Amino acid sequence: MPEPSLPPQPPETPDAAAAPGGGPVVLVIEDDPQIRRFLRATLGTHGYRLLEATAGESGLVEAATRQPDIVILDLGLPDIDGLEVIRRLRDWTTLPIIVLSARGQERDKIAALDAGADDYVSKPFGVGELLARMRAALRHATRSPDDAGESTFSLGELHVDLPKRQVSIAGNQVHLTPIEYRLLTTLIRHAGKVLTHRQLLLEVWGPPYADQAHYLRVYMAQLRRKLEADPARPRYLLTEPGVGYRLASE
Amino acid sequence: MRDPLEDPVQELPGKLAWDVMSLHDQRPDPDALLARVKEEETRQTRGKLKVFLGAAAGVGKTYAMLEAAHARRTENMDVVVGWVDTHGRAETEALLKGLELLARRPIEYRGTILTEFDLDGALARHPTLILVDELAHTNAPGSRHTKRWQDVHELLDAGINVYTTLNVQHLESLNDVVAQITGVRVHETIPDSVLEQADEVELVDLPPDELLQRLKEGKVYIPEQAQQAIRNFFRKGNLTALRELALRRTAERVDAQMRVYMRDHAIPKTWPVAERLMVTIGASPSSGRLVRAAKRMADSLRAEWIVAYVETAAHTRLSEEDRAQVAATLRLAEQLGAETVTLTGQRISEEILAHARARNVSKIIVGKPASSLWKRIFVGSIVDNLVRGSGDIDVYVISGEKAAPVDLAAAVRPRRTDWPAYGRAATVVAFCTAVAWVMFPHFELANIIMVYLLGVVGVAARSGRGPSIAASILSVAAFDFFFVRPYFSFAVSDTQYLVTFGVMLVVAVVISGLTIRIRAQAEAARHRERRTAALYAMSRELASVRGGENILSAATRHIAEVFRCQVVVLIPDDSGRPTIQAGLPAQFAMDTTELGVSQWVYEHRQMAGLGTSTLPGAKALYLPLVAPRGTLGVLGVRPAEARALEGPEQLHQLETFANQTALALERAQLAEEAQQAQVRAEAERLRNALLSSVSHDLRTPLATIMGAASSLLEDGTHFHRGTWQDLLQSIVDEAERLNRLVSNLLDMTRLEAGTHAVKKEWHSLEEVVGTALARMGKRLGNHPVAIHVPADLPLVQMDGVLIEQVLINLLDNGVKYTPRGSGIDISASSSDDAVLIQVADRGPGFGPGEEERVFDKFYRGQTADSRGVGLGLAICRAIVEAHGGKIWAENRPGGGAVFRFTLPAKEVPPEMPEVA
Repeated sequence: MPEPSLPPQPPETPDAAAAPGGGPVVLVIEDDPQIRRFLRATLGTHGYRLLEATAGESGLVEAATRQPDIVILDLGLPDIDGLEVIRRLRDWTTLPIIVLSARGQERDKIAALDAGADDYVSKPFGVGELLARMRAALRHATRSPDDAGESTFSLGELHVDLPKRQVSIAGNQVHLTPIEYRLLTTLIRHAGKVLTHRQLLLEVWGPPYADQAHYLRVYMAQLRRKLEADPARPRYLLTEPGVGYRLASE
Repeated sequence: MRDPLEDPVQELPGKLAWDVMSLHDQRPDPDALLARVKEEETRQTRGKLKVFLGAAAGVGKTYAMLEAAHARRTENMDVVVGWVDTHGRAETEALLKGLELLARRPIEYRGTILTEFDLDGALARHPTLILVDELAHTNAPGSRHTKRWQDVHELLDAGINVYTTLNVQHLESLNDVVAQITGVRVHETIPDSVLEQADEVELVDLPPDELLQRLKEGKVYIPEQAQQAIRNFFRKGNLTALRELALRRTAERVDAQMRVYMRDHAIPKTWPVAERLMVTIGASPSSGRLVRAAKRMADSLRAEWIVAYVETAAHTRLSEEDRAQVAATLRLAEQLGAETVTLTGQRISEEILAHARARNVSKIIVGKPASSLWKRIFVGSIVDNLVRGSGDIDVYVISGEKAAPVDLAAAVRPRRTDWPAYGRAATVVAFCTAVAWVMFPHFELANIIMVYLLGVVGVAARSGRGPSIAASILSVAAFDFFFVRPYFSFAVSDTQYLVTFGVMLVVAVVISGLTIRIRAQAEAARHRERRTAALYAMSRELASVRGGENILSAATRHIAEVFRCQVVVLIPDDSGRPTIQAGLPAQFAMDTTELGVSQWVYEHRQMAGLGTSTLPGAKALYLPLVAPRGTLGVLGVRPAEARALEGPEQLHQLETFANQTALALERAQLAEEAQQAQVRAEAERLRNALLSSVSHDLRTPLATIMGAASSLLEDGTHFHRGTWQDLLQSIVDEAERLNRLVSNLLDMTRLEAGTHAVKKEWHSLEEVVGTALARMGKRLGNHPVAIHVPADLPLVQMDGVLIEQVLINLLDNGVKYTPRGSGIDISASSSDDAVLIQVADRGPGFGPGEEERVFDKFYRGQTADSRGVGLGLAICRAIVEAHGGKIWAENRPGGGAVFRFTLPAKEVPPEMPEVA
């Protein structure tokens, strides 16, 4: 089968996917050349192989033909809406998608996450933050086939024995109500990933409660009081303002 | 001997006089010049009026006008003949050739078709110059205006130049002079102001002999039926007199122009002494003549003139016709350019003199008294009193000439007799007789007379003069008949009773007269009081309400109440078409005709419609709402019965109400504009502050980033590791700072534009504080933050992202203004209806008065390291206030600053069903 014609690559861009080494392949769909340049330099240094697309349509073609391991997608693209790119990718693939979006556009982030994006990073962002998100997303992507594989979860002093339904913090057993436990385990299943209010409400309480964000806030506060040393400065149960919650992963 | 120079009393008057002279006489008065400039300006937009003035028909006015039109046409001017009557004169008709003629408008009137000048056609055609013959013509009923000069006025307003013709006898102020000369009273008159405002007047002159020659040769067309009358008119003596009038009129005009020239060029020599004339008028029809005579006198003296009417108690006794006559005379005076005043008082002469003194009047003009010799001897005539009290004011007495027969007929017309009042008077006398009959055996006759006098007072208190006098006579007769020997006979045995009768009659008449006068005064006072009170009530309410709509509704309510009518106010919309803004009660339907009338009124600033001479077919009367800055709208008044508004007094009062409304409206508009200007100025100030902050505060971090990055790029390999680290760290720090600045600017812009809608949800304050701390991250540096949020604090309704921003900005503020290592405390507490959040530091606190200013946009504390735009706290305030809360700052006891804000918590958090 002949290769579909690709837009000509800028000459200084090495074909990262073809570069030696077996690091994961990242497809960056972003129209701003400066951000692409900086991602190219940083991600390359951290062992990722880079594919670049400057627009939504060409990005979709890249994703279909070059089969990247993860996609970094800017929401503001010149041709089609970033949300549309997510939807069309999700038609055929579960590969992790990380969205780049400006702060203050919480609604866009939620829409992207609900549409199937795995995580987001707010512009302007530091490299460390982006790499952490990518690691978490890739970890989930590789783990998802054997879902029931892990029976315990440990993070710092928090230890959860899933088969026994036991939660302890610094070795002390903590008693959780069924809802609190279900909330915690839902977060554990997606550890390191952001979960929107809606996603959490659907999984923990069920569809009739999808809009009752205050349930979530009350139970999250209770859970923090039981698990966190200083509930106002949580270590494990992190808040993503205006978007949802995330369980720290490392 | 005293040195005159050392005598200040001698010195002063002369010097003063010189000063005044130099001030007033050497230079043109700036106000007057300004007024003239304004006049010039309106003149430039208005069309120019040229009047071809002649002494009589047939002198060749139309001919001259047409010749002039041809001359203009050869200059390529767009000339149209709007209306020209050639009267079949061949030479004139020949001149019409080659000129565009405007079609005439047919008007059906009582079965016959009349043709009239087509005003709307002319306005639509809009030529540069239009010819409209016979300015004094009266339009057929059904035309827009009753007079042609009003049509011409409208043409001029529309910017069309007009040529027209006029015979001198049609001028209002010359009306009775002409009648005196020729014995023919002209009914088609035009106000003198029309001629005065003409831009050019060309006198078309023909010696009487030549005119008569032309008549004989049949060159002047005369209708058969009027031949005889006209022949009387065209006598040499008449023509010479009329010619003199026309010449004099033109000469006066030239003189006036000369004066204007002198005023403009500050030629002081012939400055006339400021004269002021005052004319007193009465209800007599001859007052009109008095006014015209005064007008001529004022013109020749170039003096201001005042026409005064004194409303005494007698005014209330006047018939409707007489009152209308007074109002008509006053209106005539206004048309002729006089100032009119209505004075109120008991003695005419005193009021006149008092007002004359107050206004510095130099000459008083009165009519020759028509009162009887008797009255003059006993009461004294007005003229005598005036002359006696006038002092240095000249008093001119002008013969009160017999009024025209028509007017006399009106004066002679019998007044309605109030027969029931006479019946009541008779009844009262009968009752008095009955009482006296009972008293007769026991009392003296003198007391019996008292009973009758009491009766007369009673009648006078309730009825008019006639019944009172009747009661007086009846009383005397009854007294004689019943109580004077021989009884039951009018015969008198003792002649000394005749004296009793005489005195009794006189006393009764005088008492009744006095009683009636008191009553009339009271009535007049009450009447005036009512008018004043109504106006006062409206003015007061208009002064107290704010906003155009409230003013309109208050005004319509008052006007509807006082005049018992339906009222609408129309204000022009964006396209300049008046539309209804307010109306009471149940505003009447405005069809297109009525709207058309209101449009006309709005554009021409003149009242029109019902009861006026313009568009009298309308269902309502429309008055323009004229304020100093322009016409604001139109007041429409539709009385319950059509006659209700016809009294001139009513019209005048309605005008006063309309003026009050217009002034109030303008005041409201000015206030609104002032407010808008203030808002604009504030926006401008903010924009400037924003620009300066963008240019300075955004460039500083950019400079650091560029400097650090470029030095790394160029010399990076030479730096050792520590320098690298430093430069890179400063790039990151400055980039973060830049990001914060931009975010703040964006947030402020969004908050102000209202696009940042507050999205309230139930939030845990602890969580919001947590995220704020997390986002502050490294920026907190080594400032320890202590958090005191009670565990049982209920959920609070807020926009989590925005309140988090408030906390971040407050923390940021604390970090910026406090020394390193000092702590920051965040605490929260809840009351019944609010949650209070505090952020306190141990920094320098606030200077005096600074607590308020810190929340101003672009305000930066003096102790700041100036690393910000001064928006952080302004954003806090905007966000908290958008939540319905309050934010304030105080100095913290023990040193430092504390920021407090509240969030309303009136609603109880929703119930949480425990899901098992």
